[in-house]
This record gives sequence, structure tokens and C-alpha cells, in this order.
Amino acid sequence: MAPPEKSAAAGGNFPQTRISVVAAIRGGDPTERSRALDVLCGAYWKPVYKYIRLKFSKSPEEAQDLTQGFFVELLERNLLSRFAAEKSRLRTYVRLCADSFVLNEIKFAGRQKRGGEVVHLALDFSSAEGEFAAQAINPASIPSPVHFEDFFEKEWIRSLFSSAVTDLKELCVARDKPTAFSLFEAYDLSDEGDRSYAQMAAENGISASDVTNQLAWARREFRRLAQERLRAICETDEEYHHESRSLFGGG
Amino acid sequence: MRFLSDKSLEKLRSAGSAPDLSGTRYELVRFVARGGMGSVYVATDRLLRRRVALKILEHENPNDDLSARLLHESRVLAQLEHPGIVPIHDAGTLADGRAFYVMKFVEGSRLDQFIAGVASLPDRLRLFLRVCDAVSFAHSRGVLHRDLKPANIMVGAFGEVLVMDWGLAKLLSELVSLRASGADSETLITDKLPASSEITESTAITGEGLILGTPGYMSPEQARGDSSTLDARSDIFSLGKLLQFIAENPSAVSHTSLPRPLRAICERAFAENSADRYSSVADFASDLVRFLDGQQVSAYRENLFERTYRFYQRYQAAILLITAYLVMRALFILFPRH
Repeated sequence: MAPPEKSAAAGGNFPQTRISVVAAIRGGDPTERSRALDVLCGAYWKPVYKYIRLKFSKSPEEAQDLTQGFFVELLERNLLSRFAAEKSRLRTYVRLCADSFVLNEIKFAGRQKRGGEVVHLALDFSSAEGEFAAQAINPASIPSPVHFEDFFEKEWIRSLFSSAVTDLKELCVARDKPTAFSLFEAYDLSDEGDRSYAQMAAENGISASDVTNQLAWARREFRRLAQERLRAICETDEEYHHESRSLFGGG
Repeated sequence: MRFLSDKSLEKLRSAGSAPDLSGTRYELVRFVARGGMGSVYVATDRLLRRRVALKILEHENPNDDLSARLLHESRVLAQLEHPGIVPIHDAGTLADGRAFYVMKFVEGSRLDQFIAGVASLPDRLRLFLRVCDAVSFAHSRGVLHRDLKPANIMVGAFGEVLVMDWGLAKLLSELVSLRASGADSETLITDKLPASSEITESTAITGEGLILGTPGYMSPEQARGDSSTLDARSDIFSLGKLLQFIAENPSAVSHTSLPRPLRAICERAFAENSADRYSSVADFASDLVRFLDGQQVSAYRENLFERTYRFYQRYQAAILLITAYLVMRALFILFPRH
């Protein structure tokens, strides 16, 4: 299986026609199923990895093994067939499945060692571990289950937005709009304080109204790309609208 | 893949939800507040070089109802040119597909915040009368507000009082046919009707069965979702609750009980049965003015003592002057000079 980060980039591999990943994974078409799993892994593997690291205090190696095992089990045992969109959101279901999987693994430690003939996902754990370390999360500061839920949700949003930023960068390259991305990067991705449009206009040798328009275009495309990725992992339109609202706020 | 810090995440969420104002003459300044239907932002009108407020739907047309409701609200506002109603300047659809309208940017405080600083009961009541003026005007144009509450009243920096948020407003034109025989209050509020296209739209948007409003300020008939029976007295119910809130001034340090006639005015305004309420906002306001002027109000039957006391309160200076004169005269008669 191809690394999800690349295969799912720009929403590329997943068909634009409206078939949810859940439906595709449940379905009989192996090609669609494989692509859908790529999309699902692309959206969830980092949140799941960090969640296992934090909640169960697992070492990087153990968390990697458990993350791999979880997605393999998700596929092999067809866990998504039990998902009901009307009862919960997909990310809640995935998190609960991860909880259940890890607890079972702990209970029956050494029951089965993965490897050999088992499907192995190509996931960039070193980057995930780097991010986890950079966040310097203290598990003691996240004591309640509610906070673990919040953590998982935040990591899910981070994963989705990171993918959308990658998509946007590729789009800017394809459309020959490097200035738009650099403005977006400087204004919306920077940890530094807000810079004035006039300052950015001077730095890029363009007018302030060009900064307004290019930034507006980049933001619009970012939003569209993030929503496209979101739509791909939502089972129903209702779930999509609900998730979109929680992503971008408001009612 | 790029790692996004927590700060970047918040910036992206904000950037993703920020309205796309490209192609318009407005430049985003800041987010103000989020309501049930959309968000309000402050923006600069580059052409006219002034601050304006933009009300924008949260999402690009998630269903037609919300866009239609926002358009309906902007059209209702456009019909209501009155100093007590926030004026609308523009409306349309943004590049990102979200419906919006532009209105006056009111710098000031919400009524519930402003009223805490007004100690005098007459001052608070005069402020309320200006709300009544605006609502009465809207009724005269065939429009019910349906969501009158302290949070929807703004008091500007120069004391101007503005009724905001007409998102639930309803046009009353359909009542003409329902009550062609000429019922009491509806005759007043259906004198000037909007275009027929508006009638259909408003009926579809806020039709029977939908419960829209704010508990605590919503009339019983509105709470039942029976919008076909709504008339001016539904807003009068909300105004009664609003008057009670303003008069009691919940933020005041010391609470004093309301004078009985004022309490009776409130209670008549928010009577359970709409037939027991004032028939129009003008009647309601007139009763309140009578109370402010120390006259007898229609909502309260006084006993002899109360009438005498009110008479004394109203003509206190004259009574004291005459009394002093009579006492002096008596003294001169009793103790004449040699």
C-alpha cells in the first residue's frame, strides 16, 4: 500500500464522485477499498499514533506497532461495517475502536506479533514522533477522558489541515501562484504576530489590494481543499456539514 | 508534511471561516459576534471610507433556507427606514458563496449592558419608549420583529437606540385575507403592505409550525409555533417582558419594587391571553407616558388613597405653595398686627 500522505494528497486518488470512504471500504471493489483506506489512514494515522502515545503512555516503538496493528485490524475485521453515522461521528468511532484495540492488545499481550505476511502500512512515524516531542505534552496535564477526546479531535484537525496545506502548496505550484502561497504562509501559518498587508506588499513588490486578493484566494482554496478532504471521510452530508461547522466554527 | 502549531491551527480555523471579501469594496477588520444564523464582522467600506457591519452566513449555502432567511432579513430591513432601526446599505453573495448584507456599524452597548449604568427609572423608561417607537413603526409597515429582547437592542455612543437582528421578522400581510372582516389591531399593522413576492417568501421561511424566538421573551402563541395567529400583540408581549427587565434593572445594587401602575402596565403587556394585552404598541407607549407624567394609567384601577397620593405627587409644588399661602393667611388672621 502506498504511503497515505502521498497517495491522498490533494484529494487526488480518491474519486471526486461522492462515495464515502466508509461505503468504499465496506464495498466489494478492491481498488476503491484500497484507495478509501489510504484516505482514511491519511486522515487518522497521526491522531491515532499520538493518542496511543499519550493516553496509554506507550513508547514510540510500541505506539508504532499498535497504530499499524489498529489499521490492519480495521481493514481485516472490517470494523467500519459496524459504523452508523446516525449514532456517532466517524472520528469518535475510530477513537473508540482504537481504545478497544489497544486495551485488548494490553490484555492479551504477545498474543500475536505482527509482521511477516501481515499488511504493513508505510507511515512516516519519525515525523509524527517529532511532532509529538515538539508539542511536549505532559500526560498529567490531560487527566480526564474528556481531555483525551479533545486531544484526539485537535490532532485530527491538525492532520486534516496539514494535508490541506500540502494540497494548497501543490495547487499553487500547478497554477503558478507562488506569491499566493508565500503570503498565506507568512500570514496564516506563521507563529509570529500578524503583519500588516502593507508590509507584506512591500516585501513582495505588489500592491496592498493584490495582497488582499491573493490572500483571499489562498484562504478560499485552503478552505475548499480542507472541506474536500473532510467530505471524503464523512459518511453523510449531515455529518459533513456538522464537521465543517466544528472545523470552521459557527452554526 | 508541514507541522502546524496550535497557534497556526487557530489562525487557519479563523482564516477558513473568515468571509472572502475579494471582489467587494469591503475590507475585513474584525469578527464581532456569532448568532444563530450567521456571524457579524466589522469591515471598512473602501469606497465611502467608513466602518460598516457585515452579517454573513456561516457556510456557503448549506441549505437554501438560511440564504433565503438572510435575504428576507435584508429586504425587511430595507423597508424599515427609521432612526430606531439599524439601516441596511448593501446585500449580496460573496465569492465563497456565502450570503451577506451590510448595515450600519453601531458603536455602543447592548441594552442589557447599557441599562446597568442608568440609575433613574424615568430615564430607563424613556429609553424603552424609543424602542416602542421603532417597533411601532415596523408594525405600521406590516413587520413583526418576533425576537425582541435586551440583546437585540443597541444603545449608541450618542444615546441613539437601535433595534437590531430582524432575522425572525415576519410580514403580516397574509393576515389581511385571514381577517378580512377587519379585526382590531391587525387593521393597524396591515395598512401598508409589502410586495406580494415578499409575502410568499416570508410565509415559506417562517411558516406555521416553526418555533423561532427566545424563551422568556417569546409570546405563548409564538412558543406554540402557531405563526398564523401572530399579530402585533405577540411583539407587545416581548416588549412587556423587555419593559419589566428595564424597569427592574437587575444589575442595580439595590432593588426596589416597581410602582403598582408600572407593574400593571407590564403585566397587561405580557398577559397570557393576547386579547388581554394592549391592542397596539402606540397604546402601550401612551400608557407608559401617562405613568411618566403622573397620570392615571389604563392598566391599573387606583383606590382613593392612591389617587390622592398620585395627585399630590403630580402637583406637589403647587399644593405646597398653596398650603404655605393658606398657613400664612391663617397666621395673619389669628395674630393680626396691632
